[in-house]
Amino acid sequence: MSKFEFPPSIKSRPVYGTLEARPGKGHLMIADGEGAEAILGIATPDLMAKTHIIYIPRGAAFADQLRALGPAQFYEGPTYAASVSRIRRVLQDAHMGLQVYLTGTEGLMGQAQNEAMMAGIPHTAIQTEHRGSVARRMQCVHCKGITDDVETDPFQCSHCGLNLFVRDHYSRRLAAYQGVCIDAEDPGNVPAPKGIYE
Amino acid sequence: MTIQFNDETFRDDYSFHNSDWAIKRFPFPFHEDSYMYAVNMEQHRGGPEGSVYEKRFDVDEHYVSEMRDRAMVLADDPLRCQSLPHMTLAGWDLLELIMVSKSEDYPDLFELHRDGNTWRWINKPLGIDDTFTFLDDTTLPYGPMEYITRQTQGDFCVLDQRDNNLWMDAGMVTTQADWSLDFDIGMNFFEWHAPVPLAHEKGIFVRALKFLLNIQQGAPARRLNWTMTVNPLLDTSPENYHKWGIQKTTLTPENIGAKQHLRVELQTFFRLPRSNGLVFPIRCYLCSFQDLMTMPKWGRRLHRVVRDLPVELATYKGFIDNRPMMLDYLSQFDDGLPTSPGVWPDFETEPPLAK
Repeated sequence: MSKFEFPPSIKSRPVYGTLEARPGKGHLMIADGEGAEAILGIATPDLMAKTHIIYIPRGAAFADQLRALGPAQFYEGPTYAASVSRIRRVLQDAHMGLQVYLTGTEGLMGQAQNEAMMAGIPHTAIQTEHRGSVARRMQCVHCKGITDDVETDPFQCSHCGLNLFVRDHYSRRLAAYQGVCIDAEDPGNVPAPKGIYE
Repeated sequence: MTIQFNDETFRDDYSFHNSDWAIKRFPFPFHEDSYMYAVNMEQHRGGPEGSVYEKRFDVDEHYVSEMRDRAMVLADDPLRCQSLPHMTLAGWDLLELIMVSKSEDYPDLFELHRDGNTWRWINKPLGIDDTFTFLDDTTLPYGPMEYITRQTQGDFCVLDQRDNNLWMDAGMVTTQADWSLDFDIGMNFFEWHAPVPLAHEKGIFVRALKFLLNIQQGAPARRLNWTMTVNPLLDTSPENYHKWGIQKTTLTPENIGAKQHLRVELQTFFRLPRSNGLVFPIRCYLCSFQDLMTMPKWGRRLHRVVRDLPVELATYKGFIDNRPMMLDYLSQFDDGLPTSPGVWPDFETEPPLAK
């Protein structure tokens, strides 16, 4: 399936694992796009009976398969932004020992992880598995604007228009990589954009 | 000693200047003719009289103007000062540490009168006379960390200690060497240092963290770090890099002596008593190349250090493009004579330039 091996990087860059079913009486699984396949890979009837799935398809066609797993609760959200109030409510009501599983794009996992952290769950206790697009969620350090799904480096800030170098430096709190002006010392000298991992 | 405070700027017309006194006490960071990363930690329990190491929090001729510059940075971008909710107690610890230290070390400039939890703080250079209740946030115009660090030179990182790590959970950062508190807040020791090249591989951060986790109350430590800055600009932030980065291209062989500054950070580390946090002040000192060259030993040594620095470090420190011009300038002050060990200028004993 579509699993991408990220090249080794600096220590602030997140590292993702492979989901595994863990013991627990409550399970929250949040996924977008092809992250559904990671859930399908670990689902058992016993696990699903205690699982709340929040899924944002983003054009992928897995919603029916997830629903067919028979989770205790299932929500299909049109966007992450539309889903976040439900995520907060679930975390607010959660009991000690809730198992959190995040899978899909980095932007989805980062933002959902931040919600779980704000609810008091240590980030080291949250499982993640990357699936699907390798695009990044990015903060422009200059205007602080966040752009989702950045696929190229450099890229032009969608807010202030500066040409940004896409760093590997990552903030869990912002759930974003850092973008820094690439031509500050030589205005206009901007290399042609290419894929971040090309 | 009474300090004559300069009226100067760190932006626009850059009227910042060092007196002869300030040049002589400048914390030149190279103890030998070459440089490589090291933990280079030592106790911070005083130093030679008049040196920047003598007091717990050094106050110098730039104090009043630096505080004015900080206020301007904060007005422009309040996110340069942030404190996560669990860090307020550490902020009070820091306020106490600075007020006690400064009132003891500079009794002519600062006074602290304590009557139970009712404290009166007098800061004569800044014209402040405030009475407040210790540990009651509502009695200060800002949070405790912001209040006291608006009155103290240097950036301040206030670190929480848990899980055998240090966490950047609060700070006042307006004179930084190109890193963003707003981005890095909440990161652990390895994460906020992630972009630094070579040092991870050398095990520097593992050793430094072990040392810092064990710093005890009353036994602070210190080290120096350095970089290069064109113009005496304190706020070399990533936030404003698109504005100041271009200044690096304004160096010419004629102006480099005046415009190129060696930027030295005196980093100190104090354990905080109530919170068990660690405060990490990063005090920035700037000195132009031409002022450094008035000390023959520093002239010889700076040339050799800049010439032999690994490319990765010159790149990370942001002066790889200007290095050739720097070397053309600095080589005029290197006659090849040996230099005495240690950081001090040894002005009386080192030979004058023989070229």
